[in-house]
Amino acid sequence: MRKFILAAGLALIALPAWAGDDWMPPVTDPLVKKECGSCHMAFQPGFLPARSWNKMMDGLADHFGEDASLPADKAAAIRAYLVNNAGDVAGQGRARKAMGRLSSADTPIRITDTPDFQRKHRLPDWRWKDPKVVTKSNCPACHVEAERGLYEDD
Amino acid sequence: MIRPLMLSAALLLAAAPAFAADARRDAILADYAKADSGHTGFSASRGESLFRTQWKGGDERTPSCTACHTDNPRQNGRNAKTGRPIDPVAVSVNSKRFTDVDLVEKQFTRDCKSVLGRECTPREKGDYITFMMGQ
Ligand code: HEC
Repeated sequence: MRKFILAAGLALIALPAWAGDDWMPPVTDPLVKKECGSCHMAFQPGFLPARSWNKMMDGLADHFGEDASLPADKAAAIRAYLVNNAGDVAGQGRARKAMGRLSSADTPIRITDTPDFQRKHRLPDWRWKDPKVVTKSNCPACHVEAERGLYEDD
Repeated sequence: MIRPLMLSAALLLAAAPAFAADARRDAILADYAKADSGHTGFSASRGESLFRTQWKGGDERTPSCTACHTDNPRQNGRNAKTGRPIDPVAVSVNSKRFTDVDLVEKQFTRDCKSVLGRECTPREKGDYITFMMGQ
């Protein structure tokens, strides 16, 4: 009994206060952090389904106009991480809602194209034009804790 | 009296190489020198003009290197395409700069295409690093 209470207590402590619906498990893999986080934030894989990550990794040579090609071994390791933690595979936190709103016929490769993103970002134009924003995919410009998976601070 | 003096001299010596020579950077430069036909040495001033010139040869958001790395290599930059902050590129501020050959090559390829609309030559790459080593 004691052990059980202890375990329950630890579980409560481990579950952070913000582990609500809007929390998205952050990227933990050092290679993914480094390679995907060099030009932009390393986006959490939970925002897209596995089929989207596969499509993205198939097209690195033209990655939104950029040649983001990687050596085959690195690309394979990154793909495995993204797919294993994809929204429709791991499905933790916000991913469940995000995936629920996505039609299974769609394979978006921009997180900003997903219905969940758009629903949460019906904002006046002037907010997007703020010079610190630059582009809609620059999450940390407004969500300062985005890299840790916290998006509730809007 | 002499002991503390010697100690501080030793500490100074230990601290100094932080932004001086790095064997990996030297090796990268040596490779570019080898690939540069008719090589007569790299030039910091040619490197500076590569850095500051408004090339307007690639992506319209990035007419020059300074579009992301700013006019002052000792300052933080910001990616003009994604808004992501970039650490200073001057070696005096960031001694790890130009020491990882894979990163250096990958970034030259991407950034030169984005700014000049073509790859940089080995001489341009050596000049650029030489300029940043003096910054
Ligand atoms: C689109 C924004 C952008 C532009 C324009 C840009 N860079 Fe970069 N550069 C980056 C980013 C992002 C990095 C990687 C992050 C880092 O190293 O801090 C980087 C890093 C580098 C590196 C690797 C530095 C190292 O630590 O080894 C080199 C070399 C480099 N840039 C050269 C250039 C040159 C030369 C130009 C102009 C022809 C240029 N860059 C223009 C964004 C840019």
